[in-house]
Amino acid sequence: MSEEPVDVLIIGAGASGAAMSWSLADTRMHIVCLEQGGLMNPLTYPSTSRDWETRAQGEFAINPNQRNLPTDYPINEDESPIKIANFNGVGGGTVLYAGHYPRFHPSDFKVKSLDGIAEDWPISYDDLAPFYGENDRMTGVAGLAGDPAYPQDNAHRLPPLPLGKSGQILAKGYNKLGWHWWPSDTAIITEDYDGRAKCINLGACGSGCAQGAKGSADVTYWPHALRAGVELRTHCRVREVTIGKDGMATGAVYYDGNGDEQVIKSHIVVMASNGVGTPRLLLNSKSPQFPDGLANSSGLVGKNLMFHPYASIQGVFNELTDGFAGPHKAIRSQQFYETDPSRDFVRGYTMEIQRGMPPVRTAHTGMRLGRIPWGDDHHSAFRRLYNHVTGMVAVCEDLPEEHNRVTLDPHLKDGNGIPAPKINYTLSDNSRKMLDHGVARATEILEAAGATDVMSEAPISWGGWHLMGTARMGLDPAKSVVNEWGRSHDVKNLFIIDGSVFVTSAGVNPTSTIQALALYIADQMKSRLTNLFD
Amino acid sequence: MNDPDNPIERPFTVEEKHALSLLMDMVIPPSKTYGVPGAGDTLILNTIINDAGRRTPRLMDALAALEEMSQEGCGVGFAELPVEQRGSIVNAFREAHPGVANLIANLATQCYYRDDRVMIALDMETRPPHPEGYVVEQGDWSLLNPVRKRAAFYRKLDQPSS
Repeated sequence: MSEEPVDVLIIGAGASGAAMSWSLADTRMHIVCLEQGGLMNPLTYPSTSRDWETRAQGEFAINPNQRNLPTDYPINEDESPIKIANFNGVGGGTVLYAGHYPRFHPSDFKVKSLDGIAEDWPISYDDLAPFYGENDRMTGVAGLAGDPAYPQDNAHRLPPLPLGKSGQILAKGYNKLGWHWWPSDTAIITEDYDGRAKCINLGACGSGCAQGAKGSADVTYWPHALRAGVELRTHCRVREVTIGKDGMATGAVYYDGNGDEQVIKSHIVVMASNGVGTPRLLLNSKSPQFPDGLANSSGLVGKNLMFHPYASIQGVFNELTDGFAGPHKAIRSQQFYETDPSRDFVRGYTMEIQRGMPPVRTAHTGMRLGRIPWGDDHHSAFRRLYNHVTGMVAVCEDLPEEHNRVTLDPHLKDGNGIPAPKINYTLSDNSRKMLDHGVARATEILEAAGATDVMSEAPISWGGWHLMGTARMGLDPAKSVVNEWGRSHDVKNLFIIDGSVFVTSAGVNPTSTIQALALYIADQMKSRLTNLFD
Repeated sequence: MNDPDNPIERPFTVEEKHALSLLMDMVIPPSKTYGVPGAGDTLILNTIINDAGRRTPRLMDALAALEEMSQEGCGVGFAELPVEQRGSIVNAFREAHPGVANLIANLATQCYYRDDRVMIALDMETRPPHPEGYVVEQGDWSLLNPVRKRAAFYRKLDQPSS
């Protein structure tokens, strides 16, 4: 089927695609968003059934190879110690994220200037600040103003998530050491907001929020975007972005839900398929003009892949914790966020507390870490941990390195025969030292808080939640893929708005920055409509 | 061994079910102290078999390997072994096949800890989290007072590392 060209084609209905769709809707342009997954129905999420922990490891698993749904594409991650986490559906990865929603720091945009490494972003914290605010309003964010780790802002915040037993235990530990902590900015509403009901502490944020209290993009931006006239086509998997003789993008070829090939023409193409999906699609979009993949004259498409290497550090306490009840997050610490030359690594990390664990996860973790045996002692060992564990993860800044990359696997293909991505990633020496530092400091906190045992893992092998850097922004076309407002240097009607454009990763979860960037780029597009392609 | 690309789709035999029950009871045995069944309990075992899904061929392979180790080492099948010898065989199996052993433990725990009897013994409510949810106490926010007094310490852009 061919049709009249639309004005804007957005590929991907996740965090960035949703924000861009909503923001551009007020232009009254014809906007179509193609999404390879389906619409989500929160009433089918795992927490509505007794086997919720099992389903969270099956059809709602964070790893696409484990999930293996028809809406997923396989990923060869054999050569990466950190495995990919994503979700393919309306809302994308936000369907399964925990909702931790901190902003970048001002220093995160100027890493080269401040620390002599990586590259500076071509934009600043101040450029994004209004869009962080707009994004917070659209999403609904719980938190508390006044954090001394951040510049002051006038963001609209709902009351913070409850400290609970776990937060209090850890807060006392931080206070004993005189270290920073603060209620987390979290995309979970603590009061009814924008037609959504407040959090009721299901404790299953990571497998979809059946309450709709977690700010996944399917319940925040999409209802507004659809009402404003954006057309969303689900179960549509894009094979390639097409190019005209003039070197401009003309649209895309995709497979619909029946597996039939379709062509859509568009005046503008926006990539919003995440830090793995976007380079995969660009590399699959080869043409005589772009034999190495679309928008890839710099050779950087797919390169500089950054995760956040995570360390998990959990304490066992005699007193009761919250167990699995409540949002996973409550407080964070940025005591070790900024570069400190007395350490043996540059940059830093955020500590996010993990409130506790449900029973199956308690058993899995205890068995994996040698705390719960097979056999007669299983029961007593399980009871030592269940409802007695709390701790944190250290979210470490990853630095861009060209050898960490997304390429196309020569053999692996998805259900439509489209070449699948391959990940090559090695943990840097800087990251290893940062992880070790995080484990050591977290252990001090847990012990100060009264932990009788501390369990740690670093890096978390399944923790490739954050996919960044594979089509970075910059002023120099030789050193970046898109310019300072998200437009491809090579193709003047092609935009990239997801985590691919990150220049550096910061030491915080990226979603609020991804969405703020999408709003910023949309704003730039709207303000330049008369000369967008010059 | 099963070919993972062409898994055999067949039900467990009676003998395999019996061996699987013995194996699951070795992961989580019944306990009079805590008043709970083992993971080899009939109801829980049925859940395990149902949940195994596409992992079933690996589970069948594991049972076949245990049977072979028993026959080779002790001259009798796994189910006929005395309890202590069965333990030795299982320990050897876990060392030789840690990936499958993890799969067995994961299946056992994911089905065991949603059994009503087990949940009641743990003082858990036998219901899914939604729609009732749970109560989490607000906590003592005065703990934040010392941090509120702290001066801003984020790095300024004119502040190289020092």
